[in-house]
Parts: sequence; C-alpha cells; structure tokens
Amino acid sequence: MSQIISNFSILLQAPIFNLSLLIDGLMIGAVYALSAYGLALVWGVMNVKNLAQGDFVMMGGYTAWFMSLYGIHPLFGVPVAFVLMWGFGWVVYVTIIRRVIDQDLFTSLLATFGLAIVIAQVLNILFTSDTQTADAGFDSFLLFGGLVTIPQVKLIAFVLAAMLAAAVILFMKNSRMGQAIRATAQDERAARVMGIDTDKVYAFTFSLNAAICGAAGALISMIWVIQPFFGITYSIRAFVVVTAAGFGNLPGVIAAGLGMGVIEQFGGFILGAEFQQAIVVGLLLLVLIIKQMQYARLRQVVE
Amino acid sequence: MSSDIIEVVHVSKSFGGVIANNDISMTVEKGKITGLIGPNGSGKTTLFNSIVGYHPIDSGSIKFEGKEISKRRVQQIARLGLLRTFQQTRIYGRMNCVENMLISIPHRKLDLLDMFSRNSPDEYEKAHQFLDFVGLYEKRLLRAGSLSFGQQKLLEFAMALMNDPTVLLLDEPTAGINPTLINGLIDRLKRANEEFGITLFVIEHNMRVIMNMAEKVYCLAHGELLAEGSPDEIQNNQDVIDAYLGAH
Amino acid sequence: MNSLGLKIPFYGLILAFGLFAPLMFPAYTNQMAVLWLMIILSLTWDLQGGQMGYNSLGNIFFFGFGMYVSAVVQIGLVYDVGVYTRASGGGIFEFTPVQYYTGLALGMAAAGVLSSISAVILGRIVFGLRGPYFAIGTLGVAIAAGELTGAWGWVGGGQGITMPQVPGDPDSAKYFLYLLNFSLAVVLFIFLSWLYSTRFGQAINAIRDDEEKAEGMGIRTTRYKSICWAVSAFFLGISGAVFGNMIGFIEPLEVAFQTINFGIFMVVMVLLGGKGTLWGPIVGAVVFHVIKELTWTYLLGWQWVALGAMIVIIVVYFQDGIMGWVKRKKPEWFGIRVEEKEFAGQPEAAE
Repeated sequence: MSQIISNFSILLQAPIFNLSLLIDGLMIGAVYALSAYGLALVWGVMNVKNLAQGDFVMMGGYTAWFMSLYGIHPLFGVPVAFVLMWGFGWVVYVTIIRRVIDQDLFTSLLATFGLAIVIAQVLNILFTSDTQTADAGFDSFLLFGGLVTIPQVKLIAFVLAAMLAAAVILFMKNSRMGQAIRATAQDERAARVMGIDTDKVYAFTFSLNAAICGAAGALISMIWVIQPFFGITYSIRAFVVVTAAGFGNLPGVIAAGLGMGVIEQFGGFILGAEFQQAIVVGLLLLVLIIKQMQYARLRQVVE
Repeated sequence: MSSDIIEVVHVSKSFGGVIANNDISMTVEKGKITGLIGPNGSGKTTLFNSIVGYHPIDSGSIKFEGKEISKRRVQQIARLGLLRTFQQTRIYGRMNCVENMLISIPHRKLDLLDMFSRNSPDEYEKAHQFLDFVGLYEKRLLRAGSLSFGQQKLLEFAMALMNDPTVLLLDEPTAGINPTLINGLIDRLKRANEEFGITLFVIEHNMRVIMNMAEKVYCLAHGELLAEGSPDEIQNNQDVIDAYLGAH
Repeated sequence: MNSLGLKIPFYGLILAFGLFAPLMFPAYTNQMAVLWLMIILSLTWDLQGGQMGYNSLGNIFFFGFGMYVSAVVQIGLVYDVGVYTRASGGGIFEFTPVQYYTGLALGMAAAGVLSSISAVILGRIVFGLRGPYFAIGTLGVAIAAGELTGAWGWVGGGQGITMPQVPGDPDSAKYFLYLLNFSLAVVLFIFLSWLYSTRFGQAINAIRDDEEKAEGMGIRTTRYKSICWAVSAFFLGISGAVFGNMIGFIEPLEVAFQTINFGIFMVVMVLLGGKGTLWGPIVGAVVFHVIKELTWTYLLGWQWVALGAMIVIIVVYFQDGIMGWVKRKKPEWFGIRVEEKEFAGQPEAAE
C-alpha cells in the first residue's frame, strides 16, 4: 500500500513523468484500438464474439519475432503477419465459425474460447512460455532533457497502426466488398435478397479481422512483449473497448482503445505491474456494470 | 370512472426521433371487450408495451384499478393481474404444454415455500381444462416449441387464462391463424370474457373479428388517437376509412 | 424405463461402486475422487446454465472462494493465519486430529454458506447482463479473483497455502477425502432430482426458455435467479474446500480459480452429456473424465491441444450432447407423445 502511495506521489511531483506514461499509453492504445476494431467488425457483421482475438494477435507477434530470429527485420513482419493471418482466419472461418454462426451466442463464444486455448497451447509448445520481444534495433527520442524517452520504434508502430486503420476504413467506405460488408452488417437477410453472397462476406470479414490482429501483433512484438498466454488478456481488452464504445461507433472505438492504453499505463505504474491483468478485468467489470445501469434505467437488459 | 379498469391519460412515448405515441388518452371498461385498431405503425403495440411496463413512458399516467402503474416493472404489473400476449407469440419452447400451463399459475398467490413443492392435482386439473378449452388436450405432452404457430397462439392464450388475470391485453390474437379456425378463437375469447369475467383489450387488424367482439373501439393513426366509439360508429367514420386507405 | 424394479438395483450398484471401488483399486482413489468432483462441477453448472439458461464462465469463482474460506477457517482456528502463511510451509505447524476434523467441518460449512452469500451479492451485479455479456462478465470475475488473491499476502499471495495434513496414514486419508467427494456428489444428485420436480424447477426452466415472457407472467425472476446461483455456489464452495484438502497445497491461479482447467471443463462436460437434463451432466462428466485421463497419459505434451480441439468439436458438432441425441432418437422415453383424447368424457380419436 505504501508502495502505491509513493508511486502516486512520484506522478504528482514530476509532471513530466505523466507525459511519458501518457505517450506510452497512446502508443500501445493504438494497437489495442486496432484489435478492438477488428472485433467490432466481426461482432457487427456476424454477431460472433471472438474470444480468440488476442491469440490471433499473439500469432502475429510470434510471426514477426520468428522472422527476426533469422535476421529479417521485424518491420517486415507486419505485412507478412497480415497475409499469414488472413489465410489462417479464412481456415478458421470455414472449419469452425461458419458452423456456429447460426447457433446461439454462447456457442460461438465457447467455440472461439476453445480455439483460443488451442492456439495458446500450441504457441506454448512451439515457443515456450518465456516472454519475447522482437528486437527492432531503433533508438529513442529524448525529450525534456532526458526525462521523457520515446523509443522510435513505438512512434513507428503508432504511425503504422494509424496507416493500417486508415486503409481499412477507406476500403470499407469505397470498395464494393466494403459496402457489401456494411450492408450485411445492417440487415443480413436483406443483403442476401439483394444478391450478396453473405458467406463470402463473412469469410472476408473474419479473415480481415485475423489479418488486422496479426499486424497488430507484429507491432506489439516490437514495442512490448509477447507470450503465449497473454492472448486472453488482449481478447478481454478488445472486448472492453468494443463494449464501452459500441460496435458501430468507429471514433469511439479508437478513442476507447487509446484511453485504455493510457489507463493501463497509469494503473500499472501506480499499482505495480503485477496488477496489469487485474486492471484489465477491473475495467471490464466496470464497463459492464455501467452498461447495466444505463439499460436498467430503460427497463431493459444488456443483451 | 370507477368502472374503468385501465386509464391511459395523455401518454406519450418516443424512440429517438420517432414519436410512437402522442398524447393518447383512453379507458378500458371493466368486464367488457375493448378494441384497438389502426394501420401498421400507428403505435398500437407501443401503447400495449407502455401499459404492461415493458418500457417507461415519456409523459402521462397509466392507472390500473385506480393505481398508478407507469413506474412499475413488468413482473409487478403482471402480478397485479394485468397480462398480455405477444404478437410473435411467446411460449416456453423446451417445456411441454402441460408444463407451460403449470408454470403459468398466478405467482402472486405463491410464497417461497410453495415454490419448493410439487404442483397440486388441482393445478393439473385446471391446466387440462384450459388446454381442452383451446383444443390442445391431445397435444399436451408435446414440446411447446414443436407446435405449429397457430397452436402456439392457442397455448399462449391458455397460459394467460391459467394465470387468472383481471385484464388481458391481446396483441393480434388472430394473426396467422387459419381463417377456418378464427371463428373458434373468437368464440373462446368471448367465453373467456363472459364465463371467466376477464376484461379484454384487443389489438386487431381483422375488422370482422373486432367488430364482432368489441363493445368499444379506439382507432390510432400516426401515433395519435384518431377516433373512438362503438363498432358501428367506427366503421362509418370517414377519418378511419381514410387512415386505412392511406389518404392523409 | 422408469420402473422402480430397475431403479433400486441401478442406484444400489452405483452406491456400491462408489463406496468400494477405491478399496479395491487404491491406486486410482484420487482419480475417482476427481471423477465425483467433475460430476459435482457439471451438475452445478447445468443447474444454472442448462436449466436456467445463464451460461457462466466464472462458476469456478465459488470453487476457489470456498477453497480459501475453508483454508482460512481450518488454519485460523488453531494458528494466526498471517503467521502461518508467511512461513510458507517452512514452520512446524501441527494439527491434532480433533483440530483437523473440527476445522474441516467448520471450514466446509463456512465455504458453502459464504459462497452462497457471495453468489447473491454477485448476482445483483451481473444478472442484468444476458448471454455472452454474462459469460464474459463472470469470466472476468473469476480471473480478477485469481489475480487479486495472488496479490494478497495474508492468504499466502502467489506462494499459496500449504494445507493442514489429514491425520492418519496416507491411504486412509485419501479414502476419507474420496468419501467426502462421493457423498457430496450423491447429496447433490438427490437434491437436484427433488429440486427439478418442484415448481422452482419449472420456474428456472421458464426463465431459460423466455425470461421476458416469464417476467410478463409475473414470475419472480430476480429472486429465483439468485436462489439458483446461491445453490450452485453452495455446493461448489464445499467441493472447493474438499479439493483444497485433497491437493494439500492451494494456489490462486492453478488450483483455486482455474478458469482454464476446471472452469471450462464444467461447461464442456455438460455440453457433451446434454444440457438441461439430470443425467446429461453426469454422463458428460464420466465420458470427459475418462477421455481426459487417457489423453493425459498417452498424449503428454499435446494434451492441452487435444483438449482445446475437443472443446471446439463438441461445441460445433455436438450441440445437444449425448442425452440430446438420445432424446431425438427415442422421444417416447422422455414422455413426449400425442395422447388419446379422453378428457371430459369425449371419446374422440387421437390425431
């Protein structure tokens, strides 16, 4: 407890340090926002709540890390992870997701949870349970006389994340497939009547989501750490962001993702790193409780 | 008036930008059958939902047996004896018909100890009686979810009767029913009203049905009360005719 | 199928097996104890999930909670808990048989009661959530509990707690704990067979089939949901207490709040056997337990992958489970049939 208080007072005494945490939070929050966007996409279009989201991220991360072991710069891991995970997502859709879409929501949740376990365990067998970081070999910017360090790699990751998000958004707005996706999300039956092959749309959406997660994971491997069992926490993070923002609300998702990154950084600093997972889960419960109170006022329930 | 069992006074309800009910006032007289008609989208089901507490109203008051119910929750209102059936017919799909009936006994009459005992033979008797009343006796051991739509509607009606309600709000009771069976349903509704003394408030699209049954009819259009009166008056009301044919 | 003549020998056989199998095959005592535990886990999950429709991914919370409550009670009656946990099993802390057994009895009672109370409190928070939100919310609670307990020094934190040893020789100790599991499972089964025949059983089924309809018919849904969860929590808490004593060493993430092991097993077992039936969870637990023991022995290293794959396969392909399959093949066994019309003296033919 005294540790917490002293941590807190450091923040009060050295305001510059707050800036450091804030920037860190935003950087990593950008990656959270990416995976949350993917989750919102799958959720909105197919009503599937993908608990394996975080494990897709980890898979992307390990792809980049693995490549870095062979001398390939992890930045190249981003597009490679994107493509590889696209294919993986497609396979997952065809074998699993397609069959659970029509069933009740708990089924899809459980199926993806089972998938998450399998992925985490396989990663564990292949890469052991040590945490890893892909060495990007960049320097850091030093601001304010060395009190605030901004590793260049984090900045690059932020920019890449933003570029990826922009690309996806433009795609959704302007391409035929993007329009088909949005039509299916709004009314699946009408879309089918209009001649849209909803199965193709679903496959595309799910693969896109997996690819986005893969890219996000590659970025994570450079700016933070990856570990086979961190996946579930990422899934929960994405879920918290989407629940808080509402899945139609893109700016909300981005804002919530960034916000979550910041909250985690500050929380982790004040309370200590062991509480990282507890903070994420705490946010989850908070968001759910608030949502429940909102709905209760309308005499409805959170479904 | 003291014989009004439901009083809707200046009730308004909107969803987002859409005004579903605009300043509606009407009364339902005890022991009688009252009808609610209007073209699609006129706000009939919304009004029903407001009365049974499914959502809060924006303004106005709703009284049941003289007591204000607009702030109460669905279960509480149901336990006061005000029940409704659904347009999409809701029954307990995985239980069989008899079980659907047994669980529909009035819970206001049960305390916690009763919950942990088995159903009494009286309840079984009553369940069988009502199932027979709606013509579902032979099907009583089948899963409710496997019944046809029309049969489920009848089951839902029987369940409502089982609950010993004072007032029953019926949302399109004949919709989706084979025309040859509608007479039988009208007959049962009338008997429920006459023999069991249940006040009925019925939303209907089928003019023949409502004019046959109701003693007073209200007509909604575009979220507002358009006309009220006896079936004859309503049938000859030009505004009502225009509303249904689309003239503004 | 339901004649009494078949029932008595059937149950008698199970009782006999339960009582004497470990004496005949002492090497398998612990595995069989875990089998009964699995049955308890699946029956309690089905009570809430299959019968009431609230699929929780965090029931394991009560299991771990009960485990810790019992540990604190068992230790706390004799020693200062903080001192004990700080020693991390290094000190010499003796428990006389009397101390142990009273501690265990009180611990189990406290575990059950406090778990129930926690379920009621928790219910107020999460019962406004439906479907997947409820599942994820409960999962979050279970994870949070594991994390927070791991950070709480007084109960041993991440180091865990070494439980007091069962007095007597190891074999009779194992058998004693086995009997606790077995009797708990039997009590639970008898209790549930009774509960499902009451109006309460029908009420929770109605909540599952259509909660809004149930509300609209005046059923006190909030009250019954709380009671249902409290009952689940009661048995889960006690079984957690027993398990803690069986393992001898409790630890927040791996032993108590195991969201990925027991926490998900209980769901899978019920799905495998058939949700919403009395025997489904039992059948599922037995089949699952056997398969799991076999894969653990022969697929070591890949057992988790096999398990996860099994989850996916069961969820995707075996939605109704074994009992569901039986129901589809032989609906008459479950009383589903069209009757002759013989009511009120009207001799009409059946349709």
